[in-house]
Amino acid sequence: MSAWRRSRNAARVFGVLTLVVILGAIEVLIRLGVVNRFIVPLPTQIIESLPRIIAEENVVQRFWQTTQEVLWASLLIALVGVSLGALLYRVRTLRLACESWVGALAAAPIVLAYPLFLVMFGRSATTIVAIGFIAGLAPVILKTLEGLTATRRVLIDVGRSFRLSPSQQFLKVLLPSALPSIFVGLRLGLIFSMINIVGVEFLINFGGLGQLINELAERYDLPGTYGAICFVILTSIAFFVVAEHLETWLSPAT
Amino acid sequence: MLPGSTGAIAPPGETIAPSAGASPADALLAVRDIGKTFQTPAGSTTAIEAMSFTVSAGEFVSIIGPSGCGKSTVFNIIGGLVADYRGEVRVAGEKVSGTHPAIGMVFQEESTFPWRSVVENVAFPLEVSGMAKAARLERAAYFVEMVGLRGFERHYPSQLSGGMRQRVALARTLASSPRLLLMDEPFAALDEQTRLLLGDKVLQIQQTLKQTTLLITHNLTEAVQLSDRVLVMTYRPGRLKRVVDIDLPHPRDSEVVSSDAFGHYVAQIWQDLREEASRGIRDDESRVLQAGRR
Repeated sequence: MSAWRRSRNAARVFGVLTLVVILGAIEVLIRLGVVNRFIVPLPTQIIESLPRIIAEENVVQRFWQTTQEVLWASLLIALVGVSLGALLYRVRTLRLACESWVGALAAAPIVLAYPLFLVMFGRSATTIVAIGFIAGLAPVILKTLEGLTATRRVLIDVGRSFRLSPSQQFLKVLLPSALPSIFVGLRLGLIFSMINIVGVEFLINFGGLGQLINELAERYDLPGTYGAICFVILTSIAFFVVAEHLETWLSPAT
Repeated sequence: MLPGSTGAIAPPGETIAPSAGASPADALLAVRDIGKTFQTPAGSTTAIEAMSFTVSAGEFVSIIGPSGCGKSTVFNIIGGLVADYRGEVRVAGEKVSGTHPAIGMVFQEESTFPWRSVVENVAFPLEVSGMAKAARLERAAYFVEMVGLRGFERHYPSQLSGGMRQRVALARTLASSPRLLLMDEPFAALDEQTRLLLGDKVLQIQQTLKQTTLLITHNLTEAVQLSDRVLVMTYRPGRLKRVVDIDLPHPRDSEVVSSDAFGHYVAQIWQDLREEASRGIRDDESRVLQAGRR
């Protein structure tokens, strides 16, 4: 086993141990009465609740529904965000006109506009995907634009010296050069999108894990609520792992 | 004056060419009266003025000049990266307008694609020309070996030294089979020892491929070590000041730098360069002073 692989495995073990220690500390603090157990349930109770919510609350199906919504929103974010970023890079006037607005969109609390989306798309998965898409779009546009703009002049000149067509120049020089920055944008977009998707599921009481969290909280089933939150975290981890693999596959040198 | 040196010096406002090389009709590269003026917020600056020379097939020519004399502008004009310039550039009799397939460029800055492995970098021009994958990888491997990087095919530029990366860039340009290899201070960022050894490699390649080469440099040793002819430029606006034929035996390697004749050529070119470099330094100083007064 290489030193690098050993060091990576050691880091992973350290990460898991840290989590176990933190959970253990919370367990002790709750049992000692330092933390109110009616606000934060015991970690052991949360773990015990997992089989129950899987069996009784249809959590796997809900997990899949949220995952599908995040997947659709992510695909739209990647497709539209990268395209719009490329468009702003190409058309300078458009960039000067829109860049600040896109930056403002990144900071806007899109989730508060959910009634508007409800009017447009009804109480449906389309509303949830649409809000997730809008919420995650701005970072992808901005980071795509940043990555393309940061492409070193000499790499563009190499492309020109080999007489690349504009589409070849974009696909073989600009896009690969901007890829690390684009993936930073995609990860940020994914975070914004997931927060909004679960949030809207919660707010409109429709769909996957967000709705489950809402229902369990309404029943004051705190271990179940936190158990459902664990599944949200699982969705997030799954998407991050996929994004990481996709980046390594597309840009193996990074 | 050494044998072979033309010793021609341009009077102010005039140029030596077209005697700087073969007649334009016979030359692979014919540069006639090129000039370029840049517009800046501080006014217009003429980088080069009325510069003419030719390069024959199989010849290795260097252009040397002090910093700021417009060497890189000459590189960009010949390479087709600058559109609006005065004069005319012809390759094999064909007027150059934009980049030309007969001209391969190696840049001063590190220019390998970091997301491609060594062999993928070298195969790049073959890939964009539509060559089948197996054929282009085979051809790329040939050039990787030629620049002495066999065994590093699957490495990425980030895993290589600066000298190795420049060799990848050189192999990539050679893979496109240019009739004229145009290099802009490709070893400027390297230490002197690496530069000398890479000079050997360039000479070997040039002799193997009979590659016509135009090298832009500010390094005296490099210019004399590699060239059949050295064109010395004046400080801004850049013009040809002198053409020096380097009559050193072929095949050459870096050991040539210890010969007496080599030292004489270096001293002779330095005499011309020193005057121009001093002008450059004085010009820089006066510009800094003026900026300070504003």
